Amino acid sequence: METLIRAEGLTKDFEKHTAVSGLDLQVRQGEVLAFLGPNGAGKTTTVRMLTSILRPTRGAATVAGHDVVREARQVRMLVGHLTEFPGLYLRMHARDYLDFYGELYGMARATRRDRIQELLLQFGLADAAHRRLSEFSKGMRQKVALIRSMLNSPRALFLDEPTSAMDPHSAKQVRDAVAQLRGQGHTVFLCTHNLFEAESLADRLAMIRRGKLIALGTPQELKTQFLGAPIIEIQLARALGQSWSGLIQNGLADKIRVLDYSEMHLRYRTDDPRATNPYFLAKLSEAGAKIVTVAETHQSLEQVYLKLVQET
Amino acid sequence: MSDYMLTSPAVASRSALSLYAIGETLADALIITRREVRDSLRDWRILAPILILTLIFPWIMNFTTRVAIDFVTEYSATIIPIRLIPFGLMIVGFFPITFSLVIALETFVGERERNSLEPLLGSPLSDASLYLGKLIAATALPLGAAYIGILAYLTWLYVSIGYTSDPLVLTQILLLTTMEAFVMVTGAVVVSTHTTSVRAANLLASFIIIPMAFLLQAESVLLFWGNYNVLWYIIAALVIIDLILVRMGIQTFNREEILSREVDDINPKKLLGRLTAQFRVSNKFSPRWLIAENVPQILKANPLPVVVTLIALGVTFVVGWLYAAQFPLPPELMQPLQVQKDFATTAAGANMTFMPQLNTPAIFIHNARTLLISAVLAVASFGVLSLIMLMVPVGLVGFLTAALAHTGTNPALFLAAFILPHGLFELPAAVLATAFGLRAGATIISGPRRGENSGLIGALGDWIKIFVVIVLPLLLIGAVVEVYVTPQIVSYFFAR
Repeated sequence: METLIRAEGLTKDFEKHTAVSGLDLQVRQGEVLAFLGPNGAGKTTTVRMLTSILRPTRGAATVAGHDVVREARQVRMLVGHLTEFPGLYLRMHARDYLDFYGELYGMARATRRDRIQELLLQFGLADAAHRRLSEFSKGMRQKVALIRSMLNSPRALFLDEPTSAMDPHSAKQVRDAVAQLRGQGHTVFLCTHNLFEAESLADRLAMIRRGKLIALGTPQELKTQFLGAPIIEIQLARALGQSWSGLIQNGLADKIRVLDYSEMHLRYRTDDPRATNPYFLAKLSEAGAKIVTVAETHQSLEQVYLKLVQET
Repeated sequence: MSDYMLTSPAVASRSALSLYAIGETLADALIITRREVRDSLRDWRILAPILILTLIFPWIMNFTTRVAIDFVTEYSATIIPIRLIPFGLMIVGFFPITFSLVIALETFVGERERNSLEPLLGSPLSDASLYLGKLIAATALPLGAAYIGILAYLTWLYVSIGYTSDPLVLTQILLLTTMEAFVMVTGAVVVSTHTTSVRAANLLASFIIIPMAFLLQAESVLLFWGNYNVLWYIIAALVIIDLILVRMGIQTFNREEILSREVDDINPKKLLGRLTAQFRVSNKFSPRWLIAENVPQILKANPLPVVVTLIALGVTFVVGWLYAAQFPLPPELMQPLQVQKDFATTAAGANMTFMPQLNTPAIFIHNARTLLISAVLAVASFGVLSLIMLMVPVGLVGFLTAALAHTGTNPALFLAAFILPHGLFELPAAVLATAFGLRAGATIISGPRRGENSGLIGALGDWIKIFVVIVLPLLLIGAVVEVYVTPQIVSYFFAR
């Protein structure tokens, strides 16, 4: 699949510190990349460079083949950017506000009208379109800001904490919208502290700390890389007739690493559960084991995140 | 306007491209302007005072004018009302435009404080469009109100006392009002780029309000004095200030500067640290490095201010020379130049109160002090006053040389005897000090630049180095020559 966002050695120095240092990153067309990191890690600066708002001090980046420095205007035309704070003009009516931004993107009046109506309906704000933004709740304001960033049907959508101020229902609407955008082939660059959101929406995760990329991969890849192989737990209805070790040593010794066990249960790690587990379970059945449950112990993304943030 | 336009193959010629880019920049700017003007019109805190100043204040002014006219007419002081009305026109126009400062601070800093600026920065708008749009928006409403106010006042005057304004004076007042509004708004932009909150911006706004108050007083004096021609000079000065401030605004109100500025701190200790760091190499103060390496490097790297200063001085000398023909000295003074026979010995004892005593320490201190003051003024005036301070004596020398030439004195001999001996040392010193002062002042206009020795602190550091290493020694030699050599040469050629 085509690489839509490409950063090579992207660096941003401010007067007193380096916000982003040598960032190498590629995001494919239609991919959702969650960009994680503690406060001040360099997430917002990275987004600002990729959306042609700030110029990189060193390195280069392109969005849809356009250089973020030399072709800044094209890049800004192609991307949508939801900023950390909605930053609305509260004296304006919602529809007028969105119309103003549509005009800035050079959209024709009729196109603006249709697109605004479509998005207002999608986010359940059509009835409030004539109200002043000062009358909107926090969640509604965030939705308006999200609509603003989607007005130009961006090829890449950069979302900075999109659900931070939203109630669960509104947050789900946003997540659904992101999923829908991905389905339509849009690329989403999602900066978030919400790890559930990151795991449920993102194809891949990138973690940044002190301006440096410290991890990149799918949620499962990161879990495996930083928390180890999946942990499987087997519960039996009654004690096994023979020892666990005898069963494992018979052809599985190099594939299963036992963590703990009793007569009625076994916890182990395996690097290749798809190949190992069916074989092992078959052997258990042959040995007359009455299996109650076979379950993978949950390893959360939070564990990965905390491990990375604390270690590096 | 944009990179897109600059790379577009569809646009054939460069001029067409420029016109298209300007048109596009303006069109984008007007989108911003429309929104901001509408927003201001929705804010009763801005609208109510403007309406009062536009409609009610002219009526009060008219009433006051009539009362004043009735009063002074009793004493046959008819000149006063004639002068009072243009003053009234100026005041009626000035009050509404003071709101341009409020609107500008609100639109430039307020947006930043409320986080509504960043979405705009993420839009395809160019920095110039954004700046222009906000500039026009902040100026349009108060300026429109000022014009309406002036019109209302004139209408009241016509209806009540049948007064019609002199079109030239009215034009001057309209131009003054317009330029003052732009100065306040462009000044507010510069202020806004140094702050991150409206509160801090309001405090810094005194840097705009106080000079404007002085300007208003000066204009009032001129209007009562009836010397309307001087107003043209003020208008021209305001246009220049506007252009300078617009340049500063464009330099500083852009995405990079707005988002890169971290905090509003002015830390004298840190600034002093940065200044003194320029005098150290490998963390040590080294006079040898300063004299042998650093100062020559600085001179080599900065030919432009020196060239600008020399051109300005050359032009001034010629202008001074030409003025001598236009404004000749009184006939009783038009005699060939001669000095007393004992000039060389008595010159040292001369004591004119406005001139330094003719002894080495006095001349040295006078010249060094003048160049030091010139540098301070350079920083406060973007370099202009520093240059003017040197242009004035050079212009006078040009005038005097030409005037003496008309009396039959050889101008080359005059310059060679009176100026050249000590001028060989003092002139390069003055030119260098002025040029580097000019550079220091100009760094303020050219906006912040990244880099170790960039910006005002870097330029001031360079000025100090040049002043200490080159200027002061030259001034000292010049003072010695001026006391002991110049009078001898003058006496040799010009003694009776």
